[in-house]
Amino acid sequence: MSDARSAGYDDFLDALEAGEPYYLESSSGDGWLPPREVDPATGARSLERRDLPTTGEILTYTVVNVAGPSFADDTPYVVAVAEFGPVNVTGQVRGMDHADVDVGQQVSLGVGRNETEGERVIVFEPA
Amino acid sequence: MAGVRVAGVGMTPFGKYPERTARELFGEAARKAFDDAGVDRGAVEEVFYGNFMSEVTEQQGHSGPLSADAAGVTAPATRIESACASSGAAVRFGVERVRSGTADAVLVGGAERMTNVSTPEGTAGLAAAADALWEIKQGVTFPGAYSLMANRYFHEHGGGREDLAHVAVKNHANAVDNDLAQFQRAIDVEDVLEAPTVCSPFGLYDCSPMSDGGSAALLVSESFADDHGLEAPVAITGTGQGSDRMALGDRASMTRTPAAERAAETAYADAGVGPDDVDVAEVHDCFTIAEVLALEALGFYETGEAIDAATNGETAIDGELPVNLSGGLKAKGHPVGATGGAQISEMTKLLRGDHVNSDAVADAEVGLTHNAGGTVASCVVNVLEVVA
Repeated sequence: MSDARSAGYDDFLDALEAGEPYYLESSSGDGWLPPREVDPATGARSLERRDLPTTGEILTYTVVNVAGPSFADDTPYVVAVAEFGPVNVTGQVRGMDHADVDVGQQVSLGVGRNETEGERVIVFEPA
Repeated sequence: MAGVRVAGVGMTPFGKYPERTARELFGEAARKAFDDAGVDRGAVEEVFYGNFMSEVTEQQGHSGPLSADAAGVTAPATRIESACASSGAAVRFGVERVRSGTADAVLVGGAERMTNVSTPEGTAGLAAAADALWEIKQGVTFPGAYSLMANRYFHEHGGGREDLAHVAVKNHANAVDNDLAQFQRAIDVEDVLEAPTVCSPFGLYDCSPMSDGGSAALLVSESFADDHGLEAPVAITGTGQGSDRMALGDRASMTRTPAAERAAETAYADAGVGPDDVDVAEVHDCFTIAEVLALEALGFYETGEAIDAATNGETAIDGELPVNLSGGLKAKGHPVGATGGAQISEMTKLLRGDHVNSDAVADAEVGLTHNAGGTVASCVVNVLEVVA
């Protein structure tokens, strides 16, 4: 895997680590994660940075037992999609027993590292 | 608009053939298609070849001309890549080429070599069908992505692992006598529920396997079929394609597949049929929940109501709408770049009456194939009809 930055993504993680996560809001009110030049739903070109709530709600999750090489030493781990205001974010649930993870769980948003490669991952923890 | 006949189809057996290259697999499938059609390969004017991950498994890109070469065809050739919908899209490109009148004979299909790499490497290769930044970097695997959809489906609509198990049991039962299928072995619900967990709620039997295989079809115009005296009773009368946002989190719903809904709507309108006219369907059951989502997107069931279709026997071989009589991806196998073409091969045989399960649908006139890429960020639906 290349060490090159993916600006929109890495900038978001930098902001998240600094406690200042953001999303992009279009004139229609839709929210999106970067990088976006346009609102894909409407084609609107004016996307403004807005503060992203740091507390959200798990919409769905799965416990992964079989992973690719980048996460081979991390298994089992929990991946979830959680709703933070106008955007949904995919990340890993930590700080709680896997059996206790459920839809509707309130979680906070942060950044962690994966065990296999030490790469940054988005992390949800019980709010 | 020019009609498009399926002059011939061919498939390799699907399974574990790690020593066979994708080009070799496609060459065999193409030879079978030419033999089936009784048409010389020199008639082919264009090739559309579906393949997803040969850069990962074979260090091979640019496989359009390579596949044509393997098929013994000297004609313009293009690789079509839409993840697991690659050869469904290749078929669609071929249909449109014949309809446009710019070609009378087009070779379509695809191939994939997957079992020559380790399971983790294959898992990583398949995960590339998801969003590299917002999903893969978070540890989302391909089964994991569909598990996210399944658990959300259960939350919104009910149902559970046992309902999904019936999908796997049904499709394995259909594959028992299919010599081309990877798993010609019946299983029961307990087998599915007791299998090792891949990612909750999926056990091993909820997931289609890593597979090697090739598929091909020779599509010709009505005039070509007439001029060459071909017995080609099956036509592709409708085709549609849809796209959606890659990341599940960016979608309005994780329990609907609008790319499939749009593909189906287009294909139905194109063919002049509706869901009630379909006699038999081959749908993209890469995971058990995928068949449920497909049945709803295709209009056979309302949203949230297909979860118990297999449990109730409605989609069984003797049910009201037989689904995946080939065994589906689940039991026939899923060499991803070959899958959409294989659906055309199996459906053509089912409608012609020379498939091992044709007797179950002896009066069938309208068949539908549904081929999805990723978590249905791509979908191609084709309608096949008996016209002669």
